[in-house]
Amino acid sequence: MSNARSAVRRTLSVVAAAALIGTLAACSSGDDGGSAGSGSASDLDAALEKGGELTYWSWTPSAEAQVAAFEEAYPNVDVELVNAGTNTEEYTKLQNAIKAGSGAPDVVQIEYYAIPQFALSESLVDLSAYGLGDLEDQFSASTWGAVNVDGKLVGLPQDSGPMALFYNASVFDQYGIAVPTTWDEYVQAAKDLNAADPTKFITADTGDAGFTTSMIWQAGGRPFGIDGTDITVDLADEGTQKWTGVWNELVEGKLLSTTPGWTDEWYQGLGDGSIATLVTGAWMPGVLESSVPDAAGDWRVAPMPTYDGTPVTAENGGGGQSVTTQSENPALAAAFLRWLNSDPASIEVFLASGGFPATTADLENPDFVNLESEYFGGQKINEVLTQASKDVSTGWSYLPYQVYANSIFGDTVGQSYANNADLNDGLAAWQDQLVQYGNDQGFTVGE
Amino acid sequence: MAPFLVVFLLVFIAPVAYSIYLSLFREQMVGGNAFVGFENYVALFVDPQFWEGLGRVTLFLLVQVPVMLGLALVAALAIDSARLHASGFFRIVIFLPYAVPAVVAVLMWGFIYGDNFGLAANINDWLGSTVLTPFAREWILVSIGNIVTWEFVGYNMLIFYSALRVIPTDLYEAAELDGAGPMRVITGIKLPALRGAIVIATIFSIIGSFQLFNEPNILRTLAPNIITTYFTPNMYAYNLSFAGQQYNASATVAIVMGVLTAVIAYVVQLRGSRKEEL
Repeated sequence: MSNARSAVRRTLSVVAAAALIGTLAACSSGDDGGSAGSGSASDLDAALEKGGELTYWSWTPSAEAQVAAFEEAYPNVDVELVNAGTNTEEYTKLQNAIKAGSGAPDVVQIEYYAIPQFALSESLVDLSAYGLGDLEDQFSASTWGAVNVDGKLVGLPQDSGPMALFYNASVFDQYGIAVPTTWDEYVQAAKDLNAADPTKFITADTGDAGFTTSMIWQAGGRPFGIDGTDITVDLADEGTQKWTGVWNELVEGKLLSTTPGWTDEWYQGLGDGSIATLVTGAWMPGVLESSVPDAAGDWRVAPMPTYDGTPVTAENGGGGQSVTTQSENPALAAAFLRWLNSDPASIEVFLASGGFPATTADLENPDFVNLESEYFGGQKINEVLTQASKDVSTGWSYLPYQVYANSIFGDTVGQSYANNADLNDGLAAWQDQLVQYGNDQGFTVGE
Repeated sequence: MAPFLVVFLLVFIAPVAYSIYLSLFREQMVGGNAFVGFENYVALFVDPQFWEGLGRVTLFLLVQVPVMLGLALVAALAIDSARLHASGFFRIVIFLPYAVPAVVAVLMWGFIYGDNFGLAANINDWLGSTVLTPFAREWILVSIGNIVTWEFVGYNMLIFYSALRVIPTDLYEAAELDGAGPMRVITGIKLPALRGAIVIATIFSIIGSFQLFNEPNILRTLAPNIITTYFTPNMYAYNLSFAGQQYNASATVAIVMGVLTAVIAYVVQLRGSRKEEL
């Protein structure tokens, strides 16, 4: 379900426009702006001047307006926007196009957790050749780290998801529960709430790979080590066990709602108070506003609970865009990407659609930070969320086959959830399969 | 013949040949593609996930298919008997679910099964218990079987009904003259005449069971930990290919399942026609 998260966040009408064939036909035939990975910043301006055609795959709600604004600013460039499906659906199509050797778009949206997988197969252009490495100062450290793989800049960040605690204040008030600041308090709140009303749960979690990896990230665990094709998987490291120590109390104590995330039942639960909190990325307010309108005024945001009181968070979800090596006009594609994720005109459109930025200028902009959210009862939620983006723990990496890893999460860790059993057993099973898969795929995987 | 052959080669032989070709190789993210002979087959035969999925669809086949065909048979006989009023109405109503696209049908049943907010939840509330848990591990196969039965009873009923309609009416007249009652007519005339249709419907149902995919795959959103990625062989092949990029292993599953289905369907056909000779 982890993949569904960003799905819903970005587009609420999950329209799978399977326009692969259309894309194949519309592949740009413009002149080469240089072969993949060779060029400079001045090439980009020249490419914009010269114009051409580009294909852009994205499911973000802001994509259409951004493309329109771009085409108005650069009338010589024609961008065809294709919604090739949401997250894994799009990755499947992209993977197939890469395998087939043709049919991939020039610019493609990829979430951070999936970037290493496409970078590894040399499917993404190293943008530092076009001087885009100079943009580093514009982005938050954690998002910039996520688009740099093995010393190559394989994309530009678009949004970010520093984690925070979203809670239903009316439920908390009703049962006299204080906002938890540590995980111990969170577990206690879960017990108190469920004891007061057995139909109410502190949160819903049926096993979500994206959530679990982010929680391990916050706890200081670094289960995935990547050094070229040498990989280590250790889902029993200190940080991981710190998290399972807390979360096992909720799982084994049946203190979690068993409603699967992103289903209709889940939205109902968020609306009627039976799911009282969500620990998730900073993109959540937009989802709540549009999908749980009835609960307007009930929800508030607080910093993510910690283990020892020291503020620390992790990223959850978020992604950026990359230029594919199949692009026939990578300079123009890189120029479009530069505009898309760093031009103020584009970011303005992005913010208006409810996105949470990756650009430090916007994260520090007083207008953004001090915005009073009506849905959150007038709370200045971005104060909490922008602070969260500064507290993201560093040094995390995803596996170069994280998309697959997440797909088998339910088969392994999900069994612990289903049986209200020790999460460590489920994580051990996940680790076994990840090691085996990695070795089957030619990596050298150690534990 | 030539146009047929071209299409046949293109849409049938070529994909099968390509799958066999794929199943003999192993392509890795690191290290590229290599010929591995029958290694993929050897790996599949010791793969517990594959056997679990195969065992599950076999169990499904043994329970759901007889129930569904039994219901279809009763419905066909009822509609064919002159005693049922408005038989045309019942015929269309029983057949109607087949006209609902499978995806829509499963989504609809998903809402009915929901034990937090669905119809199941309402019934539980009304009974003041938690007796209905369609998504629980022990019930999920029954829940899926219920959907499949709902979808295909009408289709199988029509197969049986059309076989019944071609029975010459003079047989009934002769039976009546001999004093045979309705039950005697069913066992003596109708059921023997239906044998061919039953064999056909059984073969279709075996193929359908082994290819079980839509229903569990869509319900997976609602029961993510109960329905695994290898819940049925077809889901396993799909996930190997599209989530794991293990196209070679996926092709191997497809070939093995194809051969297995063909063999079982052939055995059923042989048995069915042998009985006919008796």
